[in-house]
Amino acid sequence: MSWFVSYVRSSVGAKQLMAVTGLGLVLFAIVHMIGHLGMFSGRDHYNAYAHFLQGLGGLKWIARGGLLTIFVVHMITGISLARANAAARPQKYVVQRYTRTTFYARTMALTGLVVLAFIVYHLMHFTLGWIQPDYFHHLDDKGRYDAYSMFVLGFKNTGILISYLVAVTLLCLHLAHGAGSWLQSLGLNHPKYAVLTKNAGPALALILIAGYLAPPLGVAFNLIKL
Amino acid sequence: MSDMNLTLHIWRQAKGTAAGAMKTYQVKGISEHASFLEMLDVLNEQLQEKGEEPVAFDSDCREGICGMCSLVINGRPHGPDAGTTTCQLHMRRFKNGDEIYIEPFRAGAFPVVRDLCVDRKAFDDIVAAGGYVTANVGSAPDANAVPIPKEQADRAFDAAACIGCGACVAACPNSSAMLFTAAKVAHLAHLPQGQPERLRRVKAMVTAMDAAGFGNCSNHYECEAACPKGISKDYIALMNRDYAKSVFVAKDAKAVSDGAG
Ligand code: SF4
Ligand code: FES
Repeated sequence: MSWFVSYVRSSVGAKQLMAVTGLGLVLFAIVHMIGHLGMFSGRDHYNAYAHFLQGLGGLKWIARGGLLTIFVVHMITGISLARANAAARPQKYVVQRYTRTTFYARTMALTGLVVLAFIVYHLMHFTLGWIQPDYFHHLDDKGRYDAYSMFVLGFKNTGILISYLVAVTLLCLHLAHGAGSWLQSLGLNHPKYAVLTKNAGPALALILIAGYLAPPLGVAFNLIKL
Repeated sequence: MSDMNLTLHIWRQAKGTAAGAMKTYQVKGISEHASFLEMLDVLNEQLQEKGEEPVAFDSDCREGICGMCSLVINGRPHGPDAGTTTCQLHMRRFKNGDEIYIEPFRAGAFPVVRDLCVDRKAFDDIVAAGGYVTANVGSAPDANAVPIPKEQADRAFDAAACIGCGACVAACPNSSAMLFTAAKVAHLAHLPQGQPERLRRVKAMVTAMDAAGFGNCSNHYECEAACPKGISKDYIALMNRDYAKSVFVAKDAKAVSDGAG
């Protein structure tokens, strides 16, 4: 396995590790978004979806374990790369003008860390039920865990709504760079699909921000109600 | 056209181990036809007349082909123009009364030798690690003795246009040397002579690049924007691909881990 260790420690290997783990996280973000758009289909559907996920048993824990591993690897590699990159220029420029990069590409470490903090909070809120424990144990009329009401009641809280809007925006800025960058890192690059390489990140970020903001805003504007 | 008076802010550093700082100078009567380096020559004459140390900066060919000139001018390596080395930058690009900030190419792997001169030996180390073909090929073969499709030859030539100036490193937010290394890898990867050692080469050169202390590429593409020779970031994709192959696909794992011969 020493060959694999030296691979992920190399500059190219580390960025490919970021690409592969990042891609896994983007796919999760897409599935997670689609799942929550189910809020628009009413309490019964949404609770059925939540019930289905809860009922996956062992599979659920495998998915959670895999996701956690990917996440931790992405985070640790990202932090160590950001530190090495900062150290690679000990004396900074007095004047430096960028012409090609974007502000979201240059703030990957920052947006990544804020998203990390948000995800911890998000899990404490909706997975562990620590933030609003009163809403966590409702059951619906079919005796299922009432995820729908937890969602609605949660986002009725303005503070929670605003923190969510900010976090999702930062996540999508992170993805505006990352969700396209992996193609270059893995060497998937050809004039035939150069348009994809160039635009995949911003395009996906726009889709995700719309998809993630719609249900909570739906709650805020009373399109989704109890 | 009238001559220009300029305010220059220049990084002065007596030697690598000394602390440096920006220092301000005035130059007067610069012709718009002068090159940027000629403008610095004028400044140095003024300094010498006053008995001050002239500003040290690198140059050699002064025609955009040797890669010796460097300088970050107003925050951009080789100055404001695309596809231009510092020696090919002309003063008509500036106007009377401008303030110009002049700094060395900055990277830990490019230590300052003096003032604006940096040591780019790390690039030599990368090339020495594998930027060649080991077979002794004798004298130059007849043209077209080895058939090479025109597109391949063009791409090899585009990569070979890299003059090793280091502007890619200087421009990169991460001080990464990926564009330079990729150009050297891609040049040979597009030619039949480069095939036998292709994966061994990419592995050895990336290893040397990492050992030199350059940063890691995170796909900002400032390198491509700064490169005076228009080297494409697509060569970095090729290097990424070949590097992965050298790790996951190459059969001669032993030879690979030993580096190029
Ligand atoms: S890739 Fe371009 S910027 Fe980098 S060393 Fe070669 S010529 Fe200079
Ligand atoms: S001095 Fe040779 S490229 Fe500028």
